[in-house]
Amino acid sequence: MGNKQSVFTEEQLDEYQDCTVFTKKDIMRLYQRFHALALQNIPCHCNNREDIKIPLQLITEMPELKENPFHQKILQVFSEDDQGFMTFNEFLNMFSALSNLASNNLKAYYAFKIYDFNSDNFICQSDLEVMLNKLTNKELSDEEIQLVCSKIMEEGDLDGDGRLSLADFEYMITRAPDFVSTFHIRI
Amino acid sequence: MPRHEKLIAKASDVSIEVDNEESIDEEQDEETDNDDSDVESEDIKKTAPRNRKENGKKKTKHESEDESDSSEDEKKAKSRKKNMKSKNKVTEESNDDESEKETNKNRKDGRNIKSKKKYSDDNSNGDEAANKRRKEKRGKKQADSDSEEEDNRAKDKKKAKNAKAKGGKTRGKQKKVEEKGVSRTKNKGQHSTGSSEEKSDEEEVITEEDMDKLKEEVEEKKKLIATLRNKPSPMKQKLQLLKEAQEFVEKFEGALGKGKGKRFYVYKVMMTKKWMKFQRDFENFKTACIPWEMKIKEIESHFGSSVASYFIFLRWIYGINMVLFGLTFGLVMIPEALMGKPYGSIPRKTVPKNEQHSAMNFATLWDFGGYAQYSVLFYGYYNHQRSIGWLKYRLPLSYFLVGIGIIGYSFMVVIRTMASNANEEGGGDDTSFNFSWKLFTSWDYLIGNAETADNKFASITTSFKESILEEQENRKEGNIHLTRFLRVLANFLVLLTLAGSGYLIFYVVRRSQKFAQQGLEDYGWWERNEVNMVMSLLGMFCPMLFDIISPLENYHPRIALQWQLGRIFALFLGNLYTFIIALLDEINLKLEEEKIIRYNITIWENSLYNGTWLGNSSTRPPLDVDPAIVPRGPCWETMVGQEFVRLTVSDTLTTVITILVGDFFRAVFVRFINYCWCWDLEYGFPSYGEFDISGNVLGLIFNQGMIWMGAFYAPCLPAINVLRLLASMYLQCWAVMCTNVPHERVFKASRSNNFYMAMLLIILFLSTLPAVYTIVSIPPSFDCGPFSGKYRMFDVIQETLDNDFPAWFAKVFSAATNPGLILSFILLMVLAIYYLQTTSKSYKAANLELKKKLQNQSEENKKKSKKNADAAANQMEQMQNSMKNDTTRATVGQVDNIRNAIHSSNQPSNPSACLPSDRGMRLVAPPRVAVTRPPRPRNPGQLPGQPRYPGPQQYYGARPRMPRGGAAYR
Repeated sequence: MGNKQSVFTEEQLDEYQDCTVFTKKDIMRLYQRFHALALQNIPCHCNNREDIKIPLQLITEMPELKENPFHQKILQVFSEDDQGFMTFNEFLNMFSALSNLASNNLKAYYAFKIYDFNSDNFICQSDLEVMLNKLTNKELSDEEIQLVCSKIMEEGDLDGDGRLSLADFEYMITRAPDFVSTFHIRI
Repeated sequence: MPRHEKLIAKASDVSIEVDNEESIDEEQDEETDNDDSDVESEDIKKTAPRNRKENGKKKTKHESEDESDSSEDEKKAKSRKKNMKSKNKVTEESNDDESEKETNKNRKDGRNIKSKKKYSDDNSNGDEAANKRRKEKRGKKQADSDSEEEDNRAKDKKKAKNAKAKGGKTRGKQKKVEEKGVSRTKNKGQHSTGSSEEKSDEEEVITEEDMDKLKEEVEEKKKLIATLRNKPSPMKQKLQLLKEAQEFVEKFEGALGKGKGKRFYVYKVMMTKKWMKFQRDFENFKTACIPWEMKIKEIESHFGSSVASYFIFLRWIYGINMVLFGLTFGLVMIPEALMGKPYGSIPRKTVPKNEQHSAMNFATLWDFGGYAQYSVLFYGYYNHQRSIGWLKYRLPLSYFLVGIGIIGYSFMVVIRTMASNANEEGGGDDTSFNFSWKLFTSWDYLIGNAETADNKFASITTSFKESILEEQENRKEGNIHLTRFLRVLANFLVLLTLAGSGYLIFYVVRRSQKFAQQGLEDYGWWERNEVNMVMSLLGMFCPMLFDIISPLENYHPRIALQWQLGRIFALFLGNLYTFIIALLDEINLKLEEEKIIRYNITIWENSLYNGTWLGNSSTRPPLDVDPAIVPRGPCWETMVGQEFVRLTVSDTLTTVITILVGDFFRAVFVRFINYCWCWDLEYGFPSYGEFDISGNVLGLIFNQGMIWMGAFYAPCLPAINVLRLLASMYLQCWAVMCTNVPHERVFKASRSNNFYMAMLLIILFLSTLPAVYTIVSIPPSFDCGPFSGKYRMFDVIQETLDNDFPAWFAKVFSAATNPGLILSFILLMVLAIYYLQTTSKSYKAANLELKKKLQNQSEENKKKSKKNADAAANQMEQMQNSMKNDTTRATVGQVDNIRNAIHSSNQPSNPSACLPSDRGMRLVAPPRVAVTRPPRPRNPGQLPGQPRYPGPQQYYGARPRMPRGGAAYR
């Protein structure tokens, strides 16, 4: 860990540890990963870390995300600019939220964001269809998809407005036995 | 912002000026201090360097010094000081709550600082006008304050009293007031501050409320810092929030607490800070120590979370065994090896003469006989000497306590893990969100391998199709009688298998006893290792048999898996207990044997004495014979230990062989013979192996059970187990990565996690039972082990109490252990358990109730919205109808129409029900509407259209309004 001091100051590390669920070692490893993704883009001394951005396509190539059917949406949720770039801060934030130490509510919030494909703050019928198609490689017929969607609405839609709000989603997802164990990426 | 900065800069300038003035006087002050009291000045000097950094601390120090002469006084001053701050704050306090939510807290804090700076500015300049103003203010505030008199008194006192006290006080005060600049002004002069002190005294009076508020706020900020990591906001924002909160806390933390408690408070704050820092470092260190993280991650990405859960479980078990190993190795084996009597000094530490020729043979050592048996690895080697070596280490006591400690520690860890697992699990029921859960949680984010991802897609698709089918048909009815018959048959077969395996083990153990009595030398390898081999083979083949039987039952895969797990568990358990019962039989035999040998030994000793030491039988000299030829007892403890060690070793070997044959060679065969085979081996019959999670977990659990059982009699057992786990970690990681294919069947990892832990707990309990039984109720061997010569093993506690503790302690102990106390304690515990259980039950019931309510409400909501929609549709229809029917009345006029409009707007009805009707009116031509809705002078609660249009549609349309009133009460 000789390069720890050269990359981040202790203060920065402390701040990152306060803001994420990671330990020093994790942060350094994440930085290495980030660094490796775009060697030419990042200088070793990251005094102006905020300015370094790498394109989302590069991040998509990470083995942790590559096979994930939702990877584009995930990156879209966590990156703030529309041009398809991501800073290290956002990168760190993303893996913090997806780590197994993050709280359930945080995970539920981001899961909602990810599954809300048309970004209208509700999970509606079209979102569910997109998701189903992604999850099953479009092997379900239209009737089956309709049935599943209506079933899900029936189960999860507590306020009866025909779409899942964040509250509905949180209520449903925090009771799922597998949610915490599957909604995390080990980095 | 630039304005703020300017102000801040100004303030700090001023404070620096003040400092300079004061620092000149300061030395004089210290002299006067010396006059006053030596102790104080010393204190000041001591604290000076530290104060530079910590304002709050310094202030409190001074104040506490002054406490003796003017504690009351001081309190006032302090509180006033605070008031000044909070005065500024109060204006903002109300906003502050909101500002937490808002992100632009920054600005407010800035304002806060600014205003404070202003104040301090005024203070130090101290012009007359300001003074006056402040005096006025003070008068006002005094009215608020608790007691005016006290205040005045305090002021008088202050003037009269020694300057030093004031100086100290005000120094602290000023420091608080001038936030940044002050940090450099630690040694301010007393006289000059004395002048400013009065002002500052006068200007602020504090109430308890303000302080509480401040305290609350600081706590809130702290909470914010602690929970920041779980806030869903972008990193930049988080960093900013963090910085602000930290600044805030740092600034105001020192201002809290009061009176005597203040010093303690500051101390506490400081310690919590240090503690937090330490905790973080420790956490960092801990995660750095976790091994195999990358290996497990790789497996996770290839096989998903279920297979990885096995390896995580393995790692967890490894951690426990490391602790057990540390206990036995560090507290029992090492002391005995270093400080105990060396090998060959006494009979129990020497290989007997008749075994010496074969004691170094590999076969003997492999069997843990010979030199291995007479070493620190086993119980029998330990001496019963009360204390050994120059440390006077109480070895027997330590041996006993370690044995108990291992069990206690394991219980604690397992139960704690179970509890935390139970907390994590949401505990939802299976039915309510079936499809939602399938959709939203079925993707495993850990998967990072294309093949696994494909499998996952396929399995998700099938599971969806399955549940769709289930939903559509809602359950296809098979031949119930046939299924029942098959299930009964399957269970019957399983029971037969279990009984057969139990009998086989019993028979084999009996046979091996016979062999042992006749001497093992006459028999071959098979006879010697029969028990272990049979147990391992049973453990290998019976699960396969169960696998063949289970399709008969036609259960759902998940239920089938549970049955399978339960059966294997029963098999292992039965085998283990048969083994133990056989062992107990053997122990009894050995005890009988021991009596005879004991008798023989006395005869032998007598003959020895008679031959060499005639007449000197009263004083017993040390025997001058070779310890190797002294006859000795059978030492059942070592025998038990040996059995368990052998079992563990053979178990390990079986695992390795199973992996090699069942996975590796199979994979090699499938991979390379596939080129010249008549069918596709990779997708056809043999295929590659799947990782058998449940079998492996169960194997691990039972292995651990054996460790717990045998560790008391063979201290080396945890060490062997650590090696075994290490080996199996690497071997299985390798095997799973290069020979296995991902599961086709979906396997839930999280659900079974606590299931495994529960099994581990059961095994732990069941394995401690025989161990504790032997410890408590069987007398230890007379000539081997640390407890030899005692009636029972636990007598070592009594012995220690008598010899090493003062008499009163022994008395207390015996009083505490008398049956009355223990019984009442047990009663208390039972009551507590009962109480907790009842409360948890009631909580559960309340939970269920709430859930039901929620469901009801959601259904209600759904119904309502559906009805609303219906109503809208109906009204539309009705409009259209009326359009057709009432063409003649079109001329009634617009007056009616307007009235009607007014009327309908007056209706206190459901807006969603009303709105569509309005829209409908707008859609249709206005004159006609007048006909459908004539003006009515009735009260608005009445349904408007009723008398004139008693048609069914109108009722329909009106109905949705009815439940609304009711729903509000519900």
